[in-house]
Amino acid sequence: MIQSAIVKKQRLTLCILSALVAATIIIGMGMGYSSLSFDRLIPTILGEGTFKEEFVLFSVRLPRIIITLLAGMALSLSGAILQGVTRNDLADPGVIGINSGAGVAITVFFLYFDFSAGEFAFLLPVVGFIGALATACIIYLFTYNKETGLQPTALVLIGIGCAMALSGLMIVLISSADRIKVDFIAKWMAGNIWGTDWPFIMAILPWLVILIPFSLYKANRLNILGLSEPVAIGVGLAIEKERIQLLLAAVSLAASAVSVTGGISFIGLMAPHIAKAIVGPRNQLFMPVAILLGGWLLLFADTLGRHLIQPDGLPAGIMVALIGAPYFVYLLLKK
Amino acid sequence: MKENKRSIPFTIKLLLAMAAFVGMFGAAMVFGAADISIKEVWSAVAANGADDQSLIIREIRLPREIAAILVGAALAVSGAVMQGMTKNPLADPGLLGLTAGANAALALAVAFFPSANYLGITIACFIGAAVGAMLVFGIGSLKKGGFAPFRIVLAGAAVSALLYAIADGVGIYFKVSKEVSMWTAGGLIGVTWKQLQIISPFIIIGIVAALYLSRQVTVLSLSEEVAVGLGQKTMFIKSMLFIIVILLAGASVALVGNMAFIGLIIPHLVRAVVGTDYRFILPMSVVLGGTLMLLADTLGRTINAPYETPIAAIVAMMGLPFFLIIVRKGGKMLL
Repeated sequence: MIQSAIVKKQRLTLCILSALVAATIIIGMGMGYSSLSFDRLIPTILGEGTFKEEFVLFSVRLPRIIITLLAGMALSLSGAILQGVTRNDLADPGVIGINSGAGVAITVFFLYFDFSAGEFAFLLPVVGFIGALATACIIYLFTYNKETGLQPTALVLIGIGCAMALSGLMIVLISSADRIKVDFIAKWMAGNIWGTDWPFIMAILPWLVILIPFSLYKANRLNILGLSEPVAIGVGLAIEKERIQLLLAAVSLAASAVSVTGGISFIGLMAPHIAKAIVGPRNQLFMPVAILLGGWLLLFADTLGRHLIQPDGLPAGIMVALIGAPYFVYLLLKK
Repeated sequence: MKENKRSIPFTIKLLLAMAAFVGMFGAAMVFGAADISIKEVWSAVAANGADDQSLIIREIRLPREIAAILVGAALAVSGAVMQGMTKNPLADPGLLGLTAGANAALALAVAFFPSANYLGITIACFIGAAVGAMLVFGIGSLKKGGFAPFRIVLAGAAVSALLYAIADGVGIYFKVSKEVSMWTAGGLIGVTWKQLQIISPFIIIGIVAALYLSRQVTVLSLSEEVAVGLGQKTMFIKSMLFIIVILLAGASVALVGNMAFIGLIIPHLVRAVVGTDYRFILPMSVVLGGTLMLLADTLGRTINAPYETPIAAIVAMMGLPFFLIIVRKGGKMLL
C-alpha cells in the first residue's frame, strides 16, 4: 500500500504545478513582440478582439505555448522511463544520443525528399521515430552483454559517443546542402521551437495520448525493473519484453517531441529528478508530477528565452541547457 | 607478447610512420578542388613559380596542410598527456570540456572586444580551455577519492553542453553568431600564413615541452605513489603538464575550432603499436596525429568537391568506432 500522506503530497504537488502551468500560459499569452496586452486577452478569447489580435493569439502564441508544453511533457516522461529501464539516474534522451538520431533522420528527410507542406507535419514525427529507433538499437546492441545483461553505465557512455558522432554526421549532411535548408537545420539543432502551428500539435498529440496512459499503466513493472534483475525475474517479469516495450515508448516520446522542437536535452533529466525528490521514487506517483513539471519547465524556458531577446528570442534548447547543465553537475556531485 | 612488440625497434616504427606521414602530405597537396600534379607541387615549393597553380599551393594549400599537421599533433599529444596524467583512457580535450571552454571564451571575446586581434582571441581561447578543464576536473576532485573515469566523461558532457549553450547564447544575444561560427565551424578553411605565425609557436613549444617531460608522464601514469617514491615533484610536473595541455588544446581551437576524438583515437592507436611508455607514445602521437588530420582534411576537401565537408564532422565519425571499442574493451576498468 502507498501511504496516504505521500498520495496527499502528490495531489498537492500536482495542483500547485497545474496552477503554475496555467499562470505561465497566461503570462506567455500576454507577452510578446506583437501588441496584444493582458487587458485585451479576455475579449480576444471571447471573440471580440480585432483581426490582428485574434491572429496573434490563435495563430502565433497559443500554438507555440501548447507545442512547448506537450514537448516538455513527452521529453520528461521519456527521460523518466529511460532512467527506470537503465537503472541510471543520468539517462536522458538528449544526453544519450536518441535526439541526435532523430535529428539525422529528419535532416536526411528534409534535404533529400520531396513532400508537400501538409504531409510534412505528420511525417516528421514518424521519420524522427525511425532515426531515434535505429540509434537506440545501436546503443542497446553495443551495451548488451550476454553474461552481465544491460550495463547501465556503458549505455550512457556509448550514448554520449553516438551523440557526438551523429552530430558530426549531421554537419556533413548540412555542408552538402543549400543555404536556406541549412539555416532551418542549424536552428533546429539549437532547439528552436519552430513547429508552431496547429498541424504540428495534431501530429504530436496522438503519440502523447497513447503513450502517457501506457507508461502510467506500466509504472508498477518499471518499479520492479528498477530493483534488480534477479528480483524482477523472481517475481515473474518477462524482463526483455518489458524492457523493449518501455524503451520503444521512451524512444517514440522523445522522437515525437524532438521532431517539432529540435535538439532539447536535459528536460528528460531534470523533471523526473525533481519529481522524485518531491514525491519519492514510486513510478506511478512521480510520473504524473514529472510530466507536468517537464511541460512547465520547457514552457518557462521558452517564454523566458522569447522575452530575453526581441524579436527572435533565444532558442529554448539553449535556455534549457543553461538551466539543466548545472543541475546535471549537481546530480553528479550528490551521488 | 611484449617480446613480439619489441622485436621491431622503435626507430624503425617511427620511420615507417614518418613515411606514411610524408606520403599523406604529398597526397594532401595534390588532391583538391583544383587539379594539380605532383610535378607542379614540387615546382611550386622548390622553385618560385608564379603561375596560378603555384599560388594555390603556396598561399592556400600549404598553410592549410601545415595547420592540419600542427592541430593534429597538438590534439594527439594533449590527449595522450591527459590520458597519462589522469590514468583515464577516455580523456580527450573535446570530451572533457576544454574545447567547449575555449569556444565559450571565443564567443565572449568576439562579443565584448570586437577589436581584439588574432593573438587576443588566441589568448581568450587558452583562458577558456583552462576554465573548462578546471570545471570538469574541479567537479571531479570535489568528490572524495576522485571520480571514476566514466563520471568524469559525464561531467565533461554536462560542462560542455553548458559552455556550448553559453557560446550560442552569447552569439545570438550580441548578434555575433556569424563571426563566432566563422571561427569555430570554419575548420581549416582560409588558414593564412599570418595566423600560422601567431599560433604555431604555442603549439611547437607545447609539443617540445611535452616530449621533454615524457619520462615524467610515464612515471605519473604508473601511480602517484611510484612517482613520489622516484623523487618526482608531482605537483610541479602535474601543473606543467596541465599548462601544456591547455596551450595545445586552446591553440587548436583558435586555429580550427572544435575537434573531438583526435586526442582519443591517436594515443590508443599508438599504444597498440609502441606499448605504454610515453617516451615512445608522445613522438609517435605527433607523427600519427598530423597524418590523421591530413587524411581527414583531404577527405573533407574531396568527398564533395568543390564544397568542403567540415573536418570536425569527418573526425567525429571516424572517432565513434574507436570510442565504442574503448568503452567495450575497457568496460571493467572504467566503472
